[in-house]
Amino acid sequence: MSDASRVSGGRPGQATDTLTRKDFASDQEVRWCPGCGDYAILATIQGVMPDLGVSRENTVFVSGIGCAARFPYYMNTYGFHGIHGRAPAIATGISETRRDLKVFVVTGDGDALSIGGNHLIHAMRRNVDLTIIMFNNQIYGLTKGQYSPTSETGKVTKPTPEGSLDYPFNPVSVALGAEATFVGRTIDNERDHLSAMVERAAHHEGTAFIEVYQNCNIFNDGAFDAVRKNEANQIRLEHGRPVRFGAHGEHGVLLSDGCELEIVDVEGAEPADGSQPGATGRRVAAESELVVHDAHREDASLAFALSRLSHTPLGPTPIGLFRQVRRPVYGDELARQLADAQLRKGSGDLQALITGSDTWRVGGQRPPSPTP
Amino acid sequence: MSDKAVQQLATVTIRFAGDSGDGMQLTGNRFTSASAMVGNDVATLPDFPAEIRAPAGSLPGVSGFQLHFADHDILTPGDEPDALVAMNPAALKANLPALPTGATIIVNSDSFTKPALRKAKYDADPRQDGSLDGFKVYEVPITDLTLRALEGHDLSKKAKERSKNMFALGLMSWMYSRPLEPTIEWVESKFSAAPDLVDANVAVLKAGWAFGETTELFDHRYEVQPAADLPPGLYRQITGNLATAYGLIAAGQLSGLPLFLGGYPITPASDVLQELARHKNFGVATFQAEDEIAGVGAALGASFAGNLGATVTSGPGVNLKAETIGLAVATELPLLVCNIQRAGPSTGMPTKTDQADLLQALFGRNSDAPVPVVAAETPGDCFDAVIEGARLAIKYRTPVFVLSDGYLANGAEPWLIPDVAGLPDLSADVAFAAARHGDDDSFQPFTRSEATMARPWAIPGTPGLQHRVGGLEKADRSGNISYDPENHHRMTMLRQAKIDRIAQDIPPLAIEPDSDADADVLVVGWGSTKGPIKAAVRRVRDEGHKVAQAHLRHVNPFPSNTGAVLRRYHRVLVPEMNTGQLRMLLRATFLVDAVGYNRVTGLPFSSGELAEAIRSQVHQPHEGVEAT
Repeated sequence: MSDASRVSGGRPGQATDTLTRKDFASDQEVRWCPGCGDYAILATIQGVMPDLGVSRENTVFVSGIGCAARFPYYMNTYGFHGIHGRAPAIATGISETRRDLKVFVVTGDGDALSIGGNHLIHAMRRNVDLTIIMFNNQIYGLTKGQYSPTSETGKVTKPTPEGSLDYPFNPVSVALGAEATFVGRTIDNERDHLSAMVERAAHHEGTAFIEVYQNCNIFNDGAFDAVRKNEANQIRLEHGRPVRFGAHGEHGVLLSDGCELEIVDVEGAEPADGSQPGATGRRVAAESELVVHDAHREDASLAFALSRLSHTPLGPTPIGLFRQVRRPVYGDELARQLADAQLRKGSGDLQALITGSDTWRVGGQRPPSPTP
Repeated sequence: MSDKAVQQLATVTIRFAGDSGDGMQLTGNRFTSASAMVGNDVATLPDFPAEIRAPAGSLPGVSGFQLHFADHDILTPGDEPDALVAMNPAALKANLPALPTGATIIVNSDSFTKPALRKAKYDADPRQDGSLDGFKVYEVPITDLTLRALEGHDLSKKAKERSKNMFALGLMSWMYSRPLEPTIEWVESKFSAAPDLVDANVAVLKAGWAFGETTELFDHRYEVQPAADLPPGLYRQITGNLATAYGLIAAGQLSGLPLFLGGYPITPASDVLQELARHKNFGVATFQAEDEIAGVGAALGASFAGNLGATVTSGPGVNLKAETIGLAVATELPLLVCNIQRAGPSTGMPTKTDQADLLQALFGRNSDAPVPVVAAETPGDCFDAVIEGARLAIKYRTPVFVLSDGYLANGAEPWLIPDVAGLPDLSADVAFAAARHGDDDSFQPFTRSEATMARPWAIPGTPGLQHRVGGLEKADRSGNISYDPENHHRMTMLRQAKIDRIAQDIPPLAIEPDSDADADVLVVGWGSTKGPIKAAVRRVRDEGHKVAQAHLRHVNPFPSNTGAVLRRYHRVLVPEMNTGQLRMLLRATFLVDAVGYNRVTGLPFSSGELAEAIRSQVHQPHEGVEAT
């Protein structure tokens, strides 16, 4: 019999040495297209890893299929490059049984939301201890440019020469609707923001879901430029702070009487273009009227409403942490049930189990002959 | 205890039949338990509809439980019932065709009302129109007698009527001299929280017995002596699904690996998931996933992380798991896939048996993706088949199919309880790769053991062995992604050779003990047909013909002597509950002109039909040997 069951309630093994970004880079040649947003994400995540304090051997990257799914090969950690859409399922088996491991899932919009949509939502509702990083480029890259579940309606691609008929998912809305306990959004080229978001997600206990706007310069170049290249459209969510954006914080978000979030101009803040607040026809409101972001509210309605401010990233779009709440972690609860069962019933006795209680003995000798 | 005459019988087959809500499965199970405890050999065949509650009294709602008990070792649940208990007209109508002339029929006469006859699509009362001529029919007002036995009990009329199955059980227990004590003990423990139900059930059970004893309907009863030829030892009753669950727990214990079962509810496999969930104190983690794919995905992830990953399903579930099983082939990780086969295609007949997933197990994946296949032969053998599957999975770092079926899953037999000390030790083959320290980064996850061709199992958490696995083709040894043509050819051949090599690590194909070495005809089967084939061979040999039998437990790879065994006989007959899957494999692999006996009814073979198939081979003239 083995030393001990490895199902334990421990926390990821701590790194004993001081590690650097380079320690987390594998010896494999990175093979994304030149100019791909994935390079920046890889470099940033490799840079975050030493700060997490988890050893390389206790870190596992799991992926499905797609451009993003090559990620594990480039990390000097344990890695499992799975099959299309199934990374959350494979990662669930790892995380549930090995509480000493830090498990990441790297996925894309097609992998996570189309073929793997079912696994993604169920991992999130269970609160499996996974850091799920979804690179959203609104296109299928590895198969050369088909529309994805996040592509805008009307997207012209090879299978949709007249434009796609699909209405897209908003990944943050999906995650919130699926009861995720940590939901964030960030951008591939915003190194500090991305880095901070990954670090916070990695420290979250339970499922953390991050959408990363990632530019595919070959098949969907510029899909996020309205946000990526225009900081004024980045509504940076900060817990406990009024929701404001714009170069001078001249715009804000308030909850209207109709219980909808509305973008307004903020009194006393001068728009970057030198115009007056309200000049574009927006309402003008005092800062005190703005919604104050509360990422830790048990009720996800506000976070969901914020996610609906922009269904597609063409105008002002919230980035940052939408929601982070505590809920029992699946793997911890499973370990607790296993430990409780052992306390209650003692370690299993295989002979007693298979013998059961209804038994009879057959002797070696013949019974008396039947009466004719 | 009785004044009535007792007639000794060697073997009896009875069938309980009623509405799906009438408790016939329970009645059959209790009768089986009592029969096993008096030392008879028993075999059972539950036969129930997939609908949980089809319309009451309708033909689709009939639930049956057949059991065969005898004073000698028996191999099948019996071809034809000697006695039928029919709780309503639909049960009579559905089961009458299975009865031989002269069989005993006990009907609940209270249930033969006009509406009930109509629901059973009887135009006239079969008790009066001559359709039961030739049978010994006993009309017993079971409902009324049950209510009378419960006069004074503080229960609703509906609740009282619900215990009428206990009356039937009591009556049949009297008729076949079964003790009531095991059933009474069972009732007491089952309803320990509700003493009024214990009293009611026991009262009705005893009333059924007393009715048999006192009524003038019956002038004698029967006895079946204990089976003399069962090997000595401690026995219990076991179904295939319970044995499968115990086999999985045992495999975890014997290997020292925590067992992780990822599953999804599917008939007839759900029992296994549910049973395992009750034994967490063995370190067994069960996970009911969102679908079949996630069930096996989580199991494979668990194996990667150093658990014994397993999944239990039926054929439609295997379809969905195919891609992940292929991933397990590519990543060369242990994984147990138990398929409790059922009749198909597609949803087919979920509660009916079949053995038509053999080729799916061998070939149901893209490209060349060889997987070993172990087939269980009897309900109790599911225990050993699972342990053998785990042995191969761990030792060779491969997914393994263990095939059971609906008949084994729900059928019961007496099981000689194994001595745990005598079970194989699977721990030595686990051999996780050891940590490496310092600057040694030369770990190559796709190097192979010389003896087994298996690759190292390097689990996360082990310092210095960080590596990546996945579905992309791996370079031999290093495990790096490789598109090199020669490497792909080499890896394909290595994966195949690793599985082929298992043929050296399994017992040779043996001719069954009750066979004629100099027979012309060899009957070859696999899986749950072993009992029926053996019974048929026994029957034909008793008629003076020479027949040999061999049964394949390992269907992939075949034991290394399989071709030699087949070629020793002039004719090879392969009975299968499919259209000829094993026959196709034997013909293709060994160029042997095997013929098939193939029937797919959703029910196990009767030994009678197999005996007829064997006779037709025995009676054929020699051909070709000295032909000019």
